[in-house]
Amino acid sequence: MSLSAKIPLEALETRGKRAYRPGHWGASAPVIACAPGCETLLSAQGNRESTTTMKSGNNVRAASCAVKALGLSLALAMLPQAALAAAPAPASAPSFPTAGPTPSMEPSGAPARGAEAAQAAGNPLNATGPTADMAASPAYTPMKPTEGIGLPVDGGIGLQKQFSPFGEYGHWIHDAVLVPLIGFITLLVLVLLVIVVIRFNRRANPIASRTSHNTLLEVAWTLLPVLILVGIAVPSIDLIAKQYKPAPARALTVKVTGNQWFWTYSYPDNGEFEVNSYMLNLPGQPAINAGVREVGSEPWDGPAQFEVDNRLVIPAGEPIRLQITAADVIHSFGVPSLWFKTDAVPGRINEKVLFVEKPGVYYGQCYELCGVKHAYMPIVVEALPRDEFNAWVLSHPGGVVGQPGSVNAAQAPEVTAPDVDATPATNPNEAVPAAETTASPSA
Amino acid sequence: MATTADHFQGHVDDHHGHADHDHKPSFFARWFMSTNHKDIGTMYLIFAVIAGIIGGAISGVMRLELAEPGIQYLGAVAEFFGSDAGDFNATLHMWNVLITAHGLIMVFFLVMPAIIGGFGNWFVPIMIGAPDMAFPRMNNISFWLTVAGFISLMCSAFVPGGLGNGAGTGWTVYPPLSTYSSTGPAVDFGIFALHLSGAGSIMGAINFITTIFNMRAPGMTMHKMPLFVWSVLVTAFLLLLALPVLAAAITMLLTDRNFGTTFFDPAGGGDPILYQHLFWFFGHPEVYIMILPAFGIISQIISTFSKKPVFGYLGMAYAMVAIGVVGFIVWAHHMYTTGLSVNTKMYFTAATMVIAVPTGIKIFSWIATMWGGSLEFKSPMVWALGFIFLFTVGGVTGVVLANGGIDDVLHDTYYVVAHFHYVLSLGAVTALFAGFYYWFPKMSGRMHSEFLSHLHFWVFFVGVNLIFFPMHFLGLQGMPRRYPDYPEAFTHWNYVATVGYMIMAASIVIWLVNVAYAFIAGRRVEANYWGEGATTLEWTLSSPPPFHQFETVPVIEDAGHH
Repeated sequence: MSLSAKIPLEALETRGKRAYRPGHWGASAPVIACAPGCETLLSAQGNRESTTTMKSGNNVRAASCAVKALGLSLALAMLPQAALAAAPAPASAPSFPTAGPTPSMEPSGAPARGAEAAQAAGNPLNATGPTADMAASPAYTPMKPTEGIGLPVDGGIGLQKQFSPFGEYGHWIHDAVLVPLIGFITLLVLVLLVIVVIRFNRRANPIASRTSHNTLLEVAWTLLPVLILVGIAVPSIDLIAKQYKPAPARALTVKVTGNQWFWTYSYPDNGEFEVNSYMLNLPGQPAINAGVREVGSEPWDGPAQFEVDNRLVIPAGEPIRLQITAADVIHSFGVPSLWFKTDAVPGRINEKVLFVEKPGVYYGQCYELCGVKHAYMPIVVEALPRDEFNAWVLSHPGGVVGQPGSVNAAQAPEVTAPDVDATPATNPNEAVPAAETTASPSA
Repeated sequence: MATTADHFQGHVDDHHGHADHDHKPSFFARWFMSTNHKDIGTMYLIFAVIAGIIGGAISGVMRLELAEPGIQYLGAVAEFFGSDAGDFNATLHMWNVLITAHGLIMVFFLVMPAIIGGFGNWFVPIMIGAPDMAFPRMNNISFWLTVAGFISLMCSAFVPGGLGNGAGTGWTVYPPLSTYSSTGPAVDFGIFALHLSGAGSIMGAINFITTIFNMRAPGMTMHKMPLFVWSVLVTAFLLLLALPVLAAAITMLLTDRNFGTTFFDPAGGGDPILYQHLFWFFGHPEVYIMILPAFGIISQIISTFSKKPVFGYLGMAYAMVAIGVVGFIVWAHHMYTTGLSVNTKMYFTAATMVIAVPTGIKIFSWIATMWGGSLEFKSPMVWALGFIFLFTVGGVTGVVLANGGIDDVLHDTYYVVAHFHYVLSLGAVTALFAGFYYWFPKMSGRMHSEFLSHLHFWVFFVGVNLIFFPMHFLGLQGMPRRYPDYPEAFTHWNYVATVGYMIMAASIVIWLVNVAYAFIAGRRVEANYWGEGATTLEWTLSSPPPFHQFETVPVIEDAGHH
């Protein structure tokens, strides 16, 4: 049961969203907030028959583009009531992927993306991505990563430098509490072994003693470790408590969806647009993602196997509510330098706060075995100052900029808030590219 | 050990003058229809060696591929297993098949058969003064089910399992990767392998529990049993309670795959995380199943070569019981990143750290056993000392990983790989070699070369540390597990690890040479070749022991034990 079981209730209600709460599920009931136009998706979740052609993952991902599903996401699939309660809305049908049970199993079916065309048009951001045909703002150029920041160092022996409050705390616990302690214990055992070997070998001590009990000693080496562990537990439990503090209601929400083998980032607070993030191809190796350029072909590219075509762009210095799910199999969204790792599980939404302290490019990878290209779906988090983030948002058709949550929080509930989220879904022109994005990997 | 040979009045017949005494059945009947615990133990050991060499060779292919970034060798391997050489997906799939096979083989077909099936079968009946296991025929089927499981696993490598041949799900077989994302019979073969070997292990567990509870010689009370017997008893209970849960989980997986159920499929109301809970409810006790008998072996060896009874015998026995019990309530520390609630994560953090306490008791008690002893550095003792150190390193990194908040950055990285290889590859396997050198002359009647045994130890020690210690660094830097290819920044330590593998492989060659030497030129050994410190009942028997031992039940007399 994720924390998302509790937080969304308050979060949603303070934001005035229409929350769906099945009556008989009790206090811990999952909550699904539903924007107009998304009902069909919900009904697909609950409708057993529809799953014969659409495996869960697709349902979840389809839902991701239109549904504000903040609740415990297991419930998405488990709720036939949701289907009954929701009226079908054919308007949103285009955003349905019509994928088979094993999306992306056919590698040659990689998304058809107008790579060359976009590149020729000099569009840096969307050069190869599915959003290539959208107009990019010249105000945004991807940031060049800094060596040793947000990246591993060859031959490095410690944790990566941290750029989030939890990361700094965790790094401190690891380096200042755990490592000295385990180093001390290991050395203690080693020293005792050496003493035993030197003092009590056959030559030094020909007659063995018969001592086989010492109650005081036994009590001591039972209780001392207990005290040490309690000492570790204090900061450790404290760190967990801090990590689970939910994001404020006004925090920006970004939805992360793991796919075989790319990430989809959607921005429900910024007009529901979404970007797909594919690893850049490696020179000298078979193409991993058809139609994607090779790494190093742009000046801002980071290291091979880390750089992607479209990054996860977020504002720095403010809490981001990441909602993480998967479309097919389990993935894991992990960025070591941000102390962040959460599994992307089909049928669930795991919510966790991400706070990047300063602008920069931070690299991560998929941390849960997800099939053949598990090693080839890296994550790039690009944290920008708010205004640059806004410029980036505006470079996407349908991109809406506002102070995080301000639109939702400030205006009348039930009327405007869902509108913001629902805009793309109800606008066929904008829904179509999204549909292509979603469906293309399995085409 | 609370008892010594002085306390045993072993009324062991000296097996002279019995016309039918060492009568052995014909070859086929002896080895294929065996009901003799020693023969079955021998077969388990030979089987484990074969499986271990295959599993070790697989890790060799993996280390070779990981020596530098890029995909270099996997294509050839995939071609060998019948995939199209030009199919890059099949090449990458091969990697997942290798990691899956390596994990399953090492866990289910090397460590478990060797340590429980091999040494357990050989020495538990002897150590408690029993003539054989309680259910000799069930013992036989336990073994052959394990073999059948292994064959099923091998078959899976040659049939389709998604984008290439073989099951590429990882040994944990998580759905949905193992369900709708792995089409073809390979994963079914893999699941069937687990069913078969699991059934074999459950029957083995029943056999050990019955034997230990009912067939102890007169005077061999529970609190006088050698610690190895205690360790196998606790292990047998873990097997009996944990394996049915695995069987249930993988059966549900099987029906999800083949019969349209949706236990783990959210589209039908299931939950992939449910599988993880079931799997790790088995999986965590499983790691203690592998290490507890190792603890038992190490206790026997330390006591023998210190010429002292084990320090704090009762504490040692009940520490194992405590580890077994607590081992059942810590499983979700394998799932810290799946989206556990805050209270769950805190609970599992605290519960997991508790395990360090009984484990610490064992480490300190071994040292206290040696303290004041008269240590002889024969090969088993050197391996046992190595075990204590390596297991300590693996144990303390476990304390780091126990912290849910810290695990966020280390989960599914090479830090975890380093951790569990330190406790298993360097812990359980080191204990296996210790036990091997300790008991091999007893089992074969011939002495190995002590020089080669020591050489084996030092080369192995250097090799495995070179492989696995740098993996801590890789994990701290963030390198994920189960990657066939990695960014350049991880090259340095991966290269070092591959060099370490080659050194380790050389040590295995030394070991095999040593075994060959023993059979060809090894000196024949007497009953108790380790001298005064070896006090358990197996040292009262000839080497090798008679085909049937203790035809007259030995009586263990209480020599006023304090």
